[in-house]
Amino acid sequence: MSLDRRNFFKTISVAGLTLAVGKSSKAAPPKGSEIEFQGILYDSTRCLGCRACEQACAESHNLPVPQDELVPGVIRKTSETQRTVVNKFITSKGEVLVKKQCMHCNEPACAAACLTQAMYKTKEGPVIWREDKCMGCRYCMVSCPFDVPKFEYHSANPKIQKCDLCYDRIIKGEVPACVEICGEALTFGTRRELIAEARKRIAEKPNDYIDQIFGENVAGGTGYLYLSPVPYNELGFNTNLQNTSYPALSKGFLYSVPSVFVLLPPLLLGIHEATKNNQPNEEENE
Amino acid sequence: MNNPANPVAKDNDGKSIWRFFLTELKPKGKWLTPFNIISIPVILLGLVLIVIRFWKGIGSITNLSQEIPWGLWIGFDVVTGVAFAGGAYVLTFMVYILRMNKYHSIVRITVLNGFLAYVFYAGALLLDLGRPWNVINPIIGNSFGTSSVLFLVAWHFLLYMLAELIEFSPAVAEWLGAKRARKILSGMTIAAVIFGITLSTLHQSGLGALFLMAKDKIHPLWYSEFIPILFLVSSIFAGLSMVIFEGSISHKVFFNQISEKNHKAQDGIIHGLSKICAGAMFAYFFLVLLVFIHGKRWDLLSTPMGYWFLLEMIGFVLIPMLLFFYSYRRHNIFMIRLAAILTMLGVILNRLNVTVIGFRWDATVHYVPSWMEIVVTLTVIFTEIWIFRWVINRMPVLRESPSWVKEEK
Repeated sequence: MSLDRRNFFKTISVAGLTLAVGKSSKAAPPKGSEIEFQGILYDSTRCLGCRACEQACAESHNLPVPQDELVPGVIRKTSETQRTVVNKFITSKGEVLVKKQCMHCNEPACAAACLTQAMYKTKEGPVIWREDKCMGCRYCMVSCPFDVPKFEYHSANPKIQKCDLCYDRIIKGEVPACVEICGEALTFGTRRELIAEARKRIAEKPNDYIDQIFGENVAGGTGYLYLSPVPYNELGFNTNLQNTSYPALSKGFLYSVPSVFVLLPPLLLGIHEATKNNQPNEEENE
Repeated sequence: MNNPANPVAKDNDGKSIWRFFLTELKPKGKWLTPFNIISIPVILLGLVLIVIRFWKGIGSITNLSQEIPWGLWIGFDVVTGVAFAGGAYVLTFMVYILRMNKYHSIVRITVLNGFLAYVFYAGALLLDLGRPWNVINPIIGNSFGTSSVLFLVAWHFLLYMLAELIEFSPAVAEWLGAKRARKILSGMTIAAVIFGITLSTLHQSGLGALFLMAKDKIHPLWYSEFIPILFLVSSIFAGLSMVIFEGSISHKVFFNQISEKNHKAQDGIIHGLSKICAGAMFAYFFLVLLVFIHGKRWDLLSTPMGYWFLLEMIGFVLIPMLLFFYSYRRHNIFMIRLAAILTMLGVILNRLNVTVIGFRWDATVHYVPSWMEIVVTLTVIFTEIWIFRWVINRMPVLRESPSWVKEEK
C-alpha cells in the first residue's frame, strides 16, 4: 500500500515538474496534446482609441510608429509598415472603435497556401511568417480572406509583414506587446477561455453588445475574437465570409491528385498497348 | 533563310564537337528582319527593367498592390502561357497513345514549343518571386508545404519540363550526330509521354485550383469549385489552337525546311485538329453552362461584369466553336485559322478574367499593368521565339531526321 502511495506521489511530482518545466522533462506527454490555441479577445466597447497598441506593436517589431491622426470615418489600413491599426467607424450607435490585424485562423488559408511552410500555424496559436523559408510568391496574400499579409514591394529583399501575436514573447510566457500596454480592451488567453469570457460579458450586459462573437465561427474559427455593440458589417468586416475553413476549398482537388497519379498512367499504357495492332505496317515511333 | 546542311554523323572526339558548337552558335540567315528590328530593342529594354526590378523591388516597375498581389506576370505569362503549352500533352496523347500517325510530323515542333513555353513562362515566375533565392526550398525538401496547390504546381512544372526534354531529346541527339544516345533517349519516349500527360492533367487543372481559396475575391461568374476542370478542358483547345496558329506561321517562315510530303499533309492536320477543338469547346461550353445554371447567377448577367462574361462565353467560345464546326465541314483552312485566333483570344480573356480582371473586381483601385510589366512580358515572349528559331534552324524539328536514323531501323 505504502509503495503504491509512494508511486502515486512520484507520478504526481513528475507530472507537476512536466507542467512547470515543460520541454526539458523527458517524461512529458507527446507535444501538443495538452496545448490549446491562444488568442486575444478585443472588446470594442472598452477601447479608448489611445492607439498605445499601435505604438507598442511598432516599437517591438522595429517598425515606424504611426503618426497620422485618428479621424472618425477615415479608415486606415494595415500595411507593410504597420501590423495593427485602430479605426473609428461611424455606425448606427455612434462612433465605434475597432482594432484590426491578423485574425490567426484555426485553419489558416495562408499557411495552407504556402508551398514552403513559411506561413506557419504554431501549436500555440499564432500564425507566423518565417523569413528563411519564404520565396515571396505572395500566394498567401491571394488566399487570405482577410487580406492580412502585406508585402514590401519596394525592397530588394522583401518581407511579408503581419501580426505574429508576438510569438517570441508568447513562447517565453509573456503576453503580446499590444495586450501588455492596453488597459481593458485586449485580453490574452486560450481560445476556450476567451470565448467563455466573451459570452459572460454578452450575458451580463446584453444591451451593450450584439449577441455574436466575430471570430468564433468565421473562416472555421479565429484566434482573434471580437465583441461589438453593432453588427460587424458596420465595422468594415466582410460578414459574407464562409464559416467553414478556407483550406477545405482546395482539399477535394488535392485529394484527387494521388488517385489521378495512380489511375491515369496504367490507363494510358493500356490504351497504348491496345492500339498496337491497329497499324501493323507502321514502324514503332520513337 | 538558308537551309543549313544536316550535320551528318561524325566522330565525336572532344575537339570537333566544341568547334561544332561554336559554329552553331552563330546566327544564320539575315539580320535585319522585321522581327529582329522590333524584338531586339524590346529585349534590351526589358533586360534593363529586370535589373531595376531586382535592385529596387517588384513595386518599382509593377502596379501590384497589397490587395492585388498577382498581376500580368502571373495571370498572363504563367497561367495563360501554360494553357497554350497544353498542345504538347494533347498531341503526344494523340500520337503516342492513340497512335494517330497523321499528326506525327508536328509532334516535335509542338513539344519544342511546349518545352520552351514552360521554361520561359514558368521561368518568368522567378521575376515575380520576391525572394527567388528561396525557390529551391520546396524542392530540396527542407520545407515541404504539401497542403499547398502551388507546391504541386511547382513540382509538376519541374518534372514536366524534364519529361518534355526527354520527349524532345532525340532531335538534339540527331543534331549532334549521337547515334547511341539517340537510341537510348527514344526508348524513353513512351514513358516520358505517359508521365507527361499525367502531370499535365494535374497541373493544368492545378493552375485553376490555385484560385479555389480566393472564393470571396473572384467575381462569382468566374469562381466555382469547378475551376480546375474548366481549366483542364480549356487547355485542350487552347493548346491545339496554338498548334494551328504556330503551325501556320512556321510553315511560312521555315518554308524551305519542310518536305513536300509534310507540306501537303499540313492542311489535313489542321483540318483534323479543328474537329477536336470544336469537340473540346463544346464540352467546355456545356460545362460552363451547367456551372452557371447550377450557381443560379442569372441576376449577375445584367451587370457590366455580366456583359463581359457573355462576351467571353459567346464571342470567344461559342462563335469560334461554331466556326470550327462549320469550317471543318467546309474544309475551309482559312476559317479554321480564324477560329483558332478567336479561341486563343478567348483563352487569354478567360485566364485574365479569373486571375486579374475578376480578381477583386470590387476593389476601389483597379489593377492595370504598367507599361514596364508589358515590356518585360514581351521580352520573355521574344526571347522564347529567338531560342525557338535558333533550335529549328539547327535541329531536325521541322525537317526530316538525318538519313542515318532511317538506316538504323
